[in-house]
Amino acid sequence: MLAGEHLTIPSQASKLVLEHVSKWFKTSSLNVHALDDVTLRIAEGEFVCLVGPSGCGKSTLLNIIAGLERPDHGIVRADGQVVDEPGPHRLMMFQEAALFPWLTVLGNVLFALKLSNGLRTGERREQAEYFLELVGLKRFMHSNIHELSGGMKQRVALARALAPNPSVLLMDEPFGALDALTREQLYGDIQRIWSQHRKTIVFVTHNVREAVCLGDRVILFSPHPGRIREEFAIPLPRPRDINSVDLARYATEITRVLKGYVQSEVAG
Amino acid sequence: MIARWLAASLFFVGLVAAWHLLVATHIWSPLLLPSPLSVFDYLRAAAQDGTLWEATVVTVRRLLIGYGLGILAGLPLGLLTASSRWCHDTIGILALGLQTLPSVCWVPLALLWFGQTEAAMLFVVVMGTLWSLIIATDNGVRTIPPIYSRAARSMGSTGLHTWTHVVLPAALPFLLSGMKQGWAFAWRSLMAAEIYVTILSGFGLGQLLHYGRELHAMDQVIGVILLIIFIGLAVDKSLFAPIERFLHRRWGTGRT
Repeated sequence: MLAGEHLTIPSQASKLVLEHVSKWFKTSSLNVHALDDVTLRIAEGEFVCLVGPSGCGKSTLLNIIAGLERPDHGIVRADGQVVDEPGPHRLMMFQEAALFPWLTVLGNVLFALKLSNGLRTGERREQAEYFLELVGLKRFMHSNIHELSGGMKQRVALARALAPNPSVLLMDEPFGALDALTREQLYGDIQRIWSQHRKTIVFVTHNVREAVCLGDRVILFSPHPGRIREEFAIPLPRPRDINSVDLARYATEITRVLKGYVQSEVAG
Repeated sequence: MIARWLAASLFFVGLVAAWHLLVATHIWSPLLLPSPLSVFDYLRAAAQDGTLWEATVVTVRRLLIGYGLGILAGLPLGLLTASSRWCHDTIGILALGLQTLPSVCWVPLALLWFGQTEAAMLFVVVMGTLWSLIIATDNGVRTIPPIYSRAARSMGSTGLHTWTHVVLPAALPFLLSGMKQGWAFAWRSLMAAEIYVTILSGFGLGQLLHYGRELHAMDQVIGVILLIIFIGLAVDKSLFAPIERFLHRRWGTGRT
């Protein structure tokens, strides 16, 4: 019932449309086929998780959606516009927080705001404080980056990504480097913020439970070349608890399918 | 804080005391090793008649102009070699080679090209500063984690904005150590130039040192050396130390 169940495209307009996206990486000794004919539609306000073993091209796909890289074939559209460069409507979060150590917490959030729109100085400041409040770090706004813990850094990165009010948030294993307890807190935070602000989120991870906890849909990739293999709809009610039994059932099922790819890969 | 000051003062008082005791043993002629008191007398006299002040002004002015020119040229050239492979293979290699040349080696060349002029002085100082600054800037920009540029790019930063708002500030710790090194090289090369080039356009500390030797005035030689050390320390503590403290606080790197 679960496996291979393709979700019908929601009736509302697609926010992101990827058509036949392929990408090769050429080095002097290797020609890696990173992505092979990836076609995907993501609806406005949808939370989609891309899952797969490392080397399956999921991060590359995220970079292409962000406009940081170009596909060799195919096309990416955001709101009907062809994506060919990064833009403030599609902001990216990385595994490392990638905060700028020469700026304070507030300075980092303002950095994004200054690039995005024509707000006046006071309005920018208000906006930045609002989003720092949202991630629970307003009282740290004058702190230096090195004074924050890993989880706090990712929260600031989240505030920085949310502040310019992007319609799409691209997250590349943003919680991968955090300890389990901090991650669980952040799952709660991100679900709360997502339900309040309804961003379209594309979330890359290799952690199946994480994907099931967060996503409306979980899309499985297999490597060499990177391909979409299967999609799973996760109709569980929110907010979801990563430790719930229902969630574990989905995760077990998806993990089983995923293992199949990895094993056939090794055998082949 | 007071304890640290006290320890430092005690150390230097002890050093002078040891020097004084050494003179008191009369192992060396006072012509070769003057007492701290006679050096102090020289410094006081030279300070009173204005010799020291004038020489310091001449030297520091040369240093600041030469160092300033070196930074003005070195910083952009370093950014250039870091951002273009072609520039790295040409200017970068040139800078690496010339940086290994002790700056005193420029003195004969400067003399022949510019004669006994202020320009010869500046040339030597600029040559001492420029190459090491190019290398430090280049290194600094190359060691920036690429994630900073990617993050900035994903937020819509491009071209000049990325350079001024991301690359330069990210490279600041390296730029500062490059500028400190450049300063040290400029200071050394200027002293070398002033000792060897006796020009008429101004009488600097190096020349004062030189004439101290000619006149066999050891108290003058040691006095001027002390002054040169003092200026070097003062610049480090007043110019670079505050920036370093800021960087340490922001980046959370080492403690002083």
